[in-house]
Amino acid sequence: MIFDMEYETMPREALESIQLKRLQTTLSRVYATVPFYRKKFDEAGLLPGDVKTLDDLRRLPFTTKQDLRDNYPFGMFAVPMENVVRIHASSGTTGKPTVVGYTARDINTWAELIARCLAAAGASRGDIIHNAYGYGLFTGGLGIHYGAEKLGASVIPVSGGNTKRQVIIMKDFGPTILTSTPSYALHLAEAAEEEGVSFRDLKFKSGIFGAEPWSEDMRTELQNKLGLKAMDIYGLSEIIGPGVAMECHEAQKGLHIYEDHFIPEIIDPRTGEVLPHGETGELVITTITKEAFPVIRYRTRDVTSLNPDPCVCGRTHYRMDKISGRTDDMLIIRGVNVFPSQIESVLMKIEGVEPHYQLIVDREDKLDTLTVVVEVSEGVFSDEVKGLQQFSTTIGNEIKDYLGISAKVRLAEPKSIERSQGKAARVIDNRKI
Amino acid sequence: MKVEQISVFIENKAGRLAEVTGTLAKAGVNLRALSLADTTDFGVLRLIVDNNKKAEEALKDAGFTVRITHVVAVEVDDRPGGLHFILQALTEAGINVEYMYAFVQQSGDKAVMIFRFDQLEAAIAVLEKSNVTVINGSKLYTM
Repeated sequence: MIFDMEYETMPREALESIQLKRLQTTLSRVYATVPFYRKKFDEAGLLPGDVKTLDDLRRLPFTTKQDLRDNYPFGMFAVPMENVVRIHASSGTTGKPTVVGYTARDINTWAELIARCLAAAGASRGDIIHNAYGYGLFTGGLGIHYGAEKLGASVIPVSGGNTKRQVIIMKDFGPTILTSTPSYALHLAEAAEEEGVSFRDLKFKSGIFGAEPWSEDMRTELQNKLGLKAMDIYGLSEIIGPGVAMECHEAQKGLHIYEDHFIPEIIDPRTGEVLPHGETGELVITTITKEAFPVIRYRTRDVTSLNPDPCVCGRTHYRMDKISGRTDDMLIIRGVNVFPSQIESVLMKIEGVEPHYQLIVDREDKLDTLTVVVEVSEGVFSDEVKGLQQFSTTIGNEIKDYLGISAKVRLAEPKSIERSQGKAARVIDNRKI
Repeated sequence: MKVEQISVFIENKAGRLAEVTGTLAKAGVNLRALSLADTTDFGVLRLIVDNNKKAEEALKDAGFTVRITHVVAVEVDDRPGGLHFILQALTEAGINVEYMYAFVQQSGDKAVMIFRFDQLEAAIAVLEKSNVTVINGSKLYTM
């Protein structure tokens, strides 16, 4: 089913003319209301009026995550706080999280986008949605929630965690659509099995999986183990949250980007040059309908390509490939975005931690695990095991407090962690995406 | 009356213990007693040796994390209830034993135990009041 027949199947020419109009409006607005953009445009010698075609977009400067941090917390908001009805933020950090705001209209736009996503996965009124994305500052839970209500489906706001209770709910309430991170879905399947419940006996027909990149192999595994159609959803809080792009169940090949709200570009991450369709590079997104938090040419750091070919489902919006990687060192652990530098600053605040550490990311029992290896210096070493255990507990607690992720801590002998100039050696990612 | 003990941090992987003993052998250090506390990831090796300074330097040079701590060496009657008598006295005084292990050599007809206490001086006072022999360093290292 197509939720918004008019916009989702709009002929390209009409769509592009709407895009240009909306882009121009957005540019004028951010120039007038956000000092950051005014300064950037002035430096580039451009006025919003200079953008006369969609191709002119590439003349505008990029916006980066650092820009958002520099304007923490509300510096990038394009409306006064009286008009902001919701605030979300990226996973807590020792530095500054990324804070995003929504007007009432933005919330409505977002709900419509998610309703489109759910419909694209085959959901409609009458479906029961088991929403296991986390509710809170993270955009996943509430994002899906409002969209499900907009669609008219019944949503179970189960959020993350308490897996056993989730199994009971899945068994007794008979949800038909599962929304979660792909790794949590597999974890749920295993937990269900332990409780003697087979996912194949449940009523799920589709699963909408996002917040972390996943592969075609993972799709096969999800579909086999869970007995449902596994669909990929894409989004990021800086743009709006989930609902930027979504696969259709007809093709399950590429995610339609909702181009009446977002303009995608693929660039060469080194030169910033826009790449032609089909070529792989970094995804850059401009929002053209957001009110509270518009972003111009935001560098997502996600690696993909754009496919302009017509799709069997009838949607005219271009499709992006499944995300194949990142252009920075950001790790996504159980759906939480973590930069190694954030973990480093937590570690450096703890007395006795040496500046040599290693981060090992694994996938055990379908769930991502982070192990932080820390060298034991003379300062923290004691002849008693409990002293060392206390030390590793402290490290684990601090990481949990600041970053919201659980980490195992492994104490290592001095000089046992490889010394290297590069950052990469600090992170060992054993997961296969 | 306290004696010195050398503790070494060891990762739980094959061959590490042998590297410690190899380092000490090369330095000509003789082991008098040892105990190993282990967890899943790491162990703490505690050693009584005949030459603490030499042992410490050799281990540090070999890149180990080393720490000197103070423990108490106690003569224990070699008969049923011998150790219990000592622990009883400590319990009554409210002194906690962090850990303990046996010394290899006997002192005459008595066994020797190494104790690590949370309150070292108080423990020694209790032991001496109970007529338990606390062995000093110079005697212990050369036993």
